[in-house]
Amino acid sequence: MVVLKDESAPIRSSIDVMRVRQIVREWAVSLGFSLVDQTKVVTAASELARNTMVYGGGGELRMEALNSDTRRGLRLTFSDQGPGIADMEQAMKDGFSTGAGLGLGLGGAKRLANEFAIDSRPGQGTTVTILRWNKL
Amino acid sequence: MAEQESKVAQLLKKHEQDVLQKWLSYQMSSMTWRADLMKESDLREQSREFLQLFIEVSQQSGPGADAAAWKSAKEMLAEVSRSRAMQGFSPSETAMFVFSLKQPLFDTLRRELNDVEELSREVWSTTTLLDKLGLYTVEAYQQSRESVIARQQQELLELSTPVVQLWDHIVALPLIGTLDSARTQVVMERLLEKVVQTGASIAIIDITGVPTVDTLVAQHLLKTVAAARLMGADCIISGIRPQIAQTIVHLGVNLADVITKATLADAFAVALQRTGARVTRVGVKE
Amino acid sequence: MERIPILKMGRVLLVTIQVDMHDRLAMTLQDDLTERIVQDRAHGVLIDISSLEIVDSFMGRMIANIAGMARVLDAETVVVGMRPAVAITLVELGMTLSGVKTALNMDTAMAMLMASFADKEHFNGGSQG
Repeated sequence: MVVLKDESAPIRSSIDVMRVRQIVREWAVSLGFSLVDQTKVVTAASELARNTMVYGGGGELRMEALNSDTRRGLRLTFSDQGPGIADMEQAMKDGFSTGAGLGLGLGGAKRLANEFAIDSRPGQGTTVTILRWNKL
Repeated sequence: MAEQESKVAQLLKKHEQDVLQKWLSYQMSSMTWRADLMKESDLREQSREFLQLFIEVSQQSGPGADAAAWKSAKEMLAEVSRSRAMQGFSPSETAMFVFSLKQPLFDTLRRELNDVEELSREVWSTTTLLDKLGLYTVEAYQQSRESVIARQQQELLELSTPVVQLWDHIVALPLIGTLDSARTQVVMERLLEKVVQTGASIAIIDITGVPTVDTLVAQHLLKTVAAARLMGADCIISGIRPQIAQTIVHLGVNLADVITKATLADAFAVALQRTGARVTRVGVKE
Repeated sequence: MERIPILKMGRVLLVTIQVDMHDRLAMTLQDDLTERIVQDRAHGVLIDISSLEIVDSFMGRMIANIAGMARVLDAETVVVGMRPAVAITLVELGMTLSGVKTALNMDTAMAMLMASFADKEHFNGGSQG
């Protein structure tokens, strides 16, 4: 697996969240994702970027375009230095929210991605990574 | 070392036309030549081009020094393999394009080099090089066949899921065969696209031809129904066989919010009624 | 301040969301719409999202909220023209917007509202007589 290119983007405001949607869309298009796959990955990115902004107090998105023998993928890593997640099991559940959201963010993003990883400890921030492969 | 290795290149340059002629006649007289699939002029052109690239490749020596020449030689061979795979050549017929160069090449070496040690060294290095390129040809052939298969699979997938318009505002999707996750996804997308295209307010998914439904497929169907509703269209699922009905209940899949009908005809009748149309008999003698 | 325009056609309010909205803009639209429903005594709200390339859970919730608030204010909401890819993604996300009416295009949406207005008239007339 080779990283074709990578780039970072700040997530501080709801305008930044919108920019994340735009740039993730551009990358998904350039990797040849189908329309439905583009929409899924952009939506997942939007959920996670909003989490980073609202719950993490802002942070950063790192995007990587991956290339393996047979497929291409987009890996998105959202990281913040916020309060972290105390109860992971609960946070992943649909309908659970400590904020104003519907609580579909984490679970929803997981369902929209092919691979999902989350690393968080109270007081040490949160890092969420999703990966979506291009269906060939 | 570098000088010695380029001996082949020197000789080849000197006798290029001669080698090319012999190679061509050898290729065309061989068992693997397919006059039915390929024109002689094309073969001539390909052979000429490859010979020139081969001279370049064998000219430069040492690891890394030959990157550019290697690249263009490989690209050329990939193109040859691709076109031959399309034309219907077998893998060995395709590989023979490269391997058949050995005979005229070694003839020339044997004629021109008198020192036995030098001859064997040159033959060895040349044969190694040609073997590599020949194997690469097979690999490229294999790859292009695989992409053909992948494309055909995709086409089959699309062919096997026709969405038909039954009436104004009514489309139907008769599903036949086993549904797996990938196919159901394609089906779902095509149905929804068709709904937009036709402005259909009702979509009938007929699963009469589906032998079994597992939890995953049932969930995909439910998702399709939910997505269609978000777009403003209703779905009717028809043709649920008794066994499938049992499975669905057994699996605990909730179809309560979905309109289900036993047959496509029943579903069509409901759809007509909902879109404000009515079926009446005319001219029937009492 | 940046705002999404709300058009009035008889007793119907029409909103066309043409660009990707950031969250604050979406919240403003929600506030503006509820205000206008009361002010214009509207009975119907049409939200055209046919240009939207994505709807995430935040925007989905905003749409559900608008429909809910409108219902309390005696107005019916129809969401118009959701794209297939958006619908598939929303379902995957776990949002089905149950309780929100949907239509494929403006014609159907308008017909739906007119039909429900007629029902209302009928009901009001009946109860009075």
